[in-house]
Amino acid sequence: MNASAAAAFVAEPYQTAGDVVIDCNVDKIFYGDFLAVRDSKVPIEKKKITGFIGPSGCGKSTVLRSLNRMNDLIPVFRFEGSVIYHGQDVYAKKVDPVVVRRYIGMVFQQPNPFSMSIYDNVAFGLKLNRYKGNVEEKVQKALERAALWKEVKDKLKNSGLSLSGGQQQRLCIARAIATDPDVLLMDEPCSALDPIATRQVEELMLELKQRYTVALVTHNMQQATRVADTTAFFSVDISAGGRTGYLVEMGPTRQIFQEPREKLTKDYISGQFS
Amino acid sequence: MSELELTMPEEEARPMPQLGRQAFEARALKSGLLTGLTWLAALIAAVPLFSVIYLLLIRGGTRLFSSDFVEIITGLPPAGFEPGGGIGPAIVGTLAMVGIGAVLSIPIGILAAIYLGVLEPRSKVANTSRFLAKVLTGFPSIMAGVFVYAVMVITWGYSAWAGGVALAVLMLRTVVLAAEEAMSQVPQRMKDAAYGMGCTRTQVIWKVVLPTGLPGILTGVLLAVAGAAGESAPLLFTALFSNYFISGLSEPTASLSILIFNFSGMPFPNQIELAWTASLVLVLLVLVFNILARLVGQPKV
Repeated sequence: MNASAAAAFVAEPYQTAGDVVIDCNVDKIFYGDFLAVRDSKVPIEKKKITGFIGPSGCGKSTVLRSLNRMNDLIPVFRFEGSVIYHGQDVYAKKVDPVVVRRYIGMVFQQPNPFSMSIYDNVAFGLKLNRYKGNVEEKVQKALERAALWKEVKDKLKNSGLSLSGGQQQRLCIARAIATDPDVLLMDEPCSALDPIATRQVEELMLELKQRYTVALVTHNMQQATRVADTTAFFSVDISAGGRTGYLVEMGPTRQIFQEPREKLTKDYISGQFS
Repeated sequence: MSELELTMPEEEARPMPQLGRQAFEARALKSGLLTGLTWLAALIAAVPLFSVIYLLLIRGGTRLFSSDFVEIITGLPPAGFEPGGGIGPAIVGTLAMVGIGAVLSIPIGILAAIYLGVLEPRSKVANTSRFLAKVLTGFPSIMAGVFVYAVMVITWGYSAWAGGVALAVLMLRTVVLAAEEAMSQVPQRMKDAAYGMGCTRTQVIWKVVLPTGLPGILTGVLLAVAGAAGESAPLLFTALFSNYFISGLSEPTASLSILIFNFSGMPFPNQIELAWTASLVLVLLVLVFNILARLVGQPKV
């Protein structure tokens, strides 16, 4: 490999058609001295599902978690670049990461309900934001939108942890949407679920995009083709000695899967790894 | 094919599998013997507790569970040859001093545990104080009494305050270590979820870590209370003893354990009987706290 000779590959910027809610421009993301992600421009469009795909270690989760500053919880994390959310840089000095996370909600890989009742789980964010209106109504609405209301309406007092894995994940989605966040980040939300629960969550995502902007990291390429409007393909660069992830190609999902511009993308989606 | 045949075992050479139970085989005998030994050891370990409770019920129970019950619980200790009397001041004194100890040690202990278990678990301060808390578990309880004697009693005299502080010193280690353990077992993904909802660190601790770890914290608190209720050595130097109900917290105060010590050495049968009764009351008190600790500590879900 003569990585030094060739300039590092940078993906062509994706020209969005609609409104952009989060304009993410990663220059470099470090964990300590380790360069985890470089040169990735990922615009997240309004009321669409943007899928992040790529092999393990390509930095897709890191980029996703940078959008609402969840990575700030890791002490050695360092972000260079900008994440422009409604015209404001999320990484500006005056910005409070805690407030950012109230607008940009998150659903995690492992279902993680709190060890409290189903009702209290969903009402958690409302109480946190000192919501003044009818909490019960909001909880019911969130559970309905998360397609869980019918299953739990008679046992709202039961512990959230008593539900099955798929139900727990839908509870976490209900918890995240109860406060009406602007954007919902989903970090491999189906990887711990069985196929039936996965399908329910996918159907739910398609429902959610009527109201919310969704960014979705997935290992499952079929899932990306089923739900994502736009897909960003990341890969990992091992030539420079490290394992640095970067954006290879971004575009409408149909184009990425049917006529990818880059050879790397084509190889990955057809299952041929170089 | 010929090569394969060479490496294959001959069909006739494989012995018939023997699946029947072979009770007198060496391994089975050894296993049976060792199982029997562990069973016996478990039995021996349980003997002291049951024999103590049995003896206390026989010697102390006759007086406690009789028509004298109210007098025993509320009455003043008798003088020399006086019949009747009770252990009221000692019960009140023990409860008061354990109360002082709890009020002092629980908030400090839980706050320290938050620092150790959640805020800075790897910092130098945390490692040092965790180590010291563990050293304190082997700390002789009489030293807590001597320490408080030097700090408080020499200046202000014997008091329930001093007794309570000495008990707090001993309770602190249990509360800190149990609460830290309980809070560090709250899964990271639950904390992540709270941060993801837009919680500050304080809110994560108050709304998620403390409620989730509560059963474990309560178990530690109740065990600390049970342990403190039975302590006698730290009270010798700090609360001393009294034959009367306390009228304030800055005077010498009676306690069950010191009453047992004092009365069991007296030459009067009535006092010796009361010492047995007080022992039973103390053991029941400790048992109640232990059982409560078991009940609240049962993991939900």
